[in-house]
Amino acid sequence: MIVRELDLDLDAFEGPFDLLLTLVLKEEVDLADVDVAGIVVRFLERLAERDALDLDACGEFLILVAALLELKARGLFEDEAAELAELEPEEAAEELARRLAEYRRMKEAAGWLAERLSSERDRFFRVGPAPLAPQPERRLAAQDPESLAKVVRLLAAEPPTVSLAHMELRFPPVAQFLERFRALLARRSVFDFDAELDGLSRAEQAIAFLALLDLRRSDEIKISQAAPFAPIRVSRVGQESAAVNERTNAWTVRSA
Amino acid sequence: MDRPLRLVTANPLDQLARTIEALLVVASAPLPVEELVSAADDDRERVELALGLLSERYHEGRSGIVLESVAGGWAFRASREAAEACGRLFERPVQRGLSQAALETLAIVAYLGPCTRPEIARIRGVAADSAVAGLTERGLISEAGREDGAHGGAVKYRTTPMFERVFGLESLSQLPRLDDLPGDVDDLRDRLHAVAEQRSA
Repeated sequence: MIVRELDLDLDAFEGPFDLLLTLVLKEEVDLADVDVAGIVVRFLERLAERDALDLDACGEFLILVAALLELKARGLFEDEAAELAELEPEEAAEELARRLAEYRRMKEAAGWLAERLSSERDRFFRVGPAPLAPQPERRLAAQDPESLAKVVRLLAAEPPTVSLAHMELRFPPVAQFLERFRALLARRSVFDFDAELDGLSRAEQAIAFLALLDLRRSDEIKISQAAPFAPIRVSRVGQESAAVNERTNAWTVRSA
Repeated sequence: MDRPLRLVTANPLDQLARTIEALLVVASAPLPVEELVSAADDDRERVELALGLLSERYHEGRSGIVLESVAGGWAFRASREAAEACGRLFERPVQRGLSQAALETLAIVAYLGPCTRPEIARIRGVAADSAVAGLTERGLISEAGREDGAHGGAVKYRTTPMFERVFGLESLSQLPRLDDLPGDVDDLRDRLHAVAEQRSA
């Protein structure tokens, strides 16, 4: 018996086995639609027709069908393949048995439905669309031409001009503040950030703050704040005690 | 003597029974008791008594029309003895040629629904797309929302009242219990072992 010439009569395919394989590999037949069990049953039928067991044919068939099944399983349950691969062999067998049992129950249920359908074969009843329910009358508000005109007038009014003021905002470059703070720190080891921003616009204050963060990132300064919303104090790195020194100096100078 | 035909003579429910009879004749789907109560504008207890009267009157063997409780409501159908004649007049496209695949899919939706096509495919081991499409077209199953997630969740399906009507079920609870159907894991394993032993013997 030549396995490749096994003639098949399935829902999704009719013809020789090797044509099915070709079509599947060319993705012209969706393996998900192919009833592999049907192929096996067909093969067994053909096998039973013979007196001698054709071991070569059996071996070839097993290999082909196993490959087909694996392809199909991977296609159907892509996520689950990984899931099942993690299971121990016993667990996987248990899971397989569970799924088979579930399918078998559904097959039995389908059998029950088929019997029921046959015993209820002589049920005839009217089938038609549901009658239209009466539509509730739509109640309109009292009609007043004046109020209609009022609403239309609102629609006809020229819409207000959209302000483009925000597009004209000028943003000074961050570099400008970087230079300014560096120069400041060259002269003084500590300064009060809020005091430095006095008189600047909101946008400029924001840019100044960016510059401050930039300096902090490059480890040029240290930033401290006694409490939320308290003045931000900026000090030169390596000059933690600079404030004390400065004060001491001031005192020294004054006392001198 | 020219007397009007009466369902049950001198019964106080006579008028109500006739109204319900009329409602059932114009309806194209089974009418739940609540709907009959509201359409007849009467109280529930009286409507149920009237339905009892009508069931006696429209009974298999007594009338060509049979009143039955089906798919969660009350409906008229043809008597079984008239089935052959009805069959010559009408086809029954809903039931005709339900394949094994369709029946299995229908069973899964009836027992596990609302469920999605991937869930059906998972149990049957075969893509369920065409079976689901066929059953939807026949009106035996219908869409019932989507899986979690407003976007992209798979469509869920459940059986329709038409399914219950075609199969003559008052409700899905009339299906045999799933536990009563063979499909026991142990039983399956035992059978596998039995086959294996036979082979080696």
